[in-house]
Amino acid sequence: MMNAPAVVPPRFIRSGRTRPNAEKWSWMFMRISGVFLLVLIFTHLFINLLTGDGVNQIDFAFVAGKWASPLWQVWDLVMLVLALVHGGNGMRLLVNDYAHHRWLRSLLLGALATSVAVIILLGALVIFTFDPCPVGADPALLPGFCFDL
Amino acid sequence: MTVTEDAPVGEIATLNVTIRIKRMNPEGTPARAPGESYWEEFHVEAHATDRVLDALHTIKWQEDGSLTFRRSCAHGVCGSDAMRINAKNRLACKALLKDLNPSRPITVEPIAGLPVVKDLVVDMEPFFASYREIMPFLVTTGHAPTRERLQSPEDRAKFDDTTKCILCAACTTACPVFWTDGQYFGPQAIVGAHRFIFDSRDEGQWDRLEILNDKAGVWKCRTAFNCTEACPRGIEVTKAISEVKRALTTGEF
Repeated sequence: MMNAPAVVPPRFIRSGRTRPNAEKWSWMFMRISGVFLLVLIFTHLFINLLTGDGVNQIDFAFVAGKWASPLWQVWDLVMLVLALVHGGNGMRLLVNDYAHHRWLRSLLLGALATSVAVIILLGALVIFTFDPCPVGADPALLPGFCFDL
Repeated sequence: MTVTEDAPVGEIATLNVTIRIKRMNPEGTPARAPGESYWEEFHVEAHATDRVLDALHTIKWQEDGSLTFRRSCAHGVCGSDAMRINAKNRLACKALLKDLNPSRPITVEPIAGLPVVKDLVVDMEPFFASYREIMPFLVTTGHAPTRERLQSPEDRAKFDDTTKCILCAACTTACPVFWTDGQYFGPQAIVGAHRFIFDSRDEGQWDRLEILNDKAGVWKCRTAFNCTEACPRGIEVTKAISEVKRALTTGEF
């Protein structure tokens, strides 16, 4: 008696499989953060370049004055984090497309993640530990509220 | 180029075209090393109504029998003769010479991103492997009905566009992501999956969607629209891919 041929269940899993939905969330993040970045960046540019004295107003005192307000601290922090994660994720996709060797991919992705993390940390550190009235500075460069005390 | 104006009634005008073909012979020729790719020009006298495929036939049958290309039905249905003609993926049997500016040489290359076997013939296996992976067959549960599985015209319309696919690979080999990343399923496999995902009679949607939710799946699409432009059947490929993305993000069909 002949046996029926064994049915081999087809394999549908490709070698590139990662955590479920990871790429979906990455795609959604890019679209949502993109919309937020448009608002954040164009408002930032409008406030800095088109209101008041325009580009001529930007100096130490202007930046110090903005960062004295919690609104602009949070605004700039959100802009920093979103821009870097958005850009970093875009670069990750490019690395995945073009770096075909495992070691090269690991190296590039590692360098990318490190630089994104370091820049976010440094930026956040500057935003929140910024001293608008450093002792011994030229008074002409300082924002007005340094002399109100 | 006036090809028809001076012709007497009933006589088909002719035109002289130059066809530049990207060739490769894996065994080598007396002049070429094995596997070397090079351009070769052929001058063909063709009817004004001829297609690129007719010019290739003339070359193969009358000038150089070693020229190798695929074609089966030669009428735009079987999908074997997708080629890169004047830098755009087309079917050689649907591209008319007169539409390709025949006053200048017409370039014919194999479709890009798949390994060339010889001349215009590429190894289609990676392409078909992706198609197999999305399970291009009806998946149902329970007993088979004793009559047809009925479907309303509205339900049928949802995937009408993607039923037109002939698996010629013009879209997949026009995709810049497919060129750089051999892992990507490619537009055609997503079109093939779309045809079943949006079919009300099919019950394997979530299996297919899970496959396309993969790292190499729909999220690799950057909406370059090369696939839509390349499709000889006029399928809106990028739209189909976006509908799969939407099904994955909203869970709705």
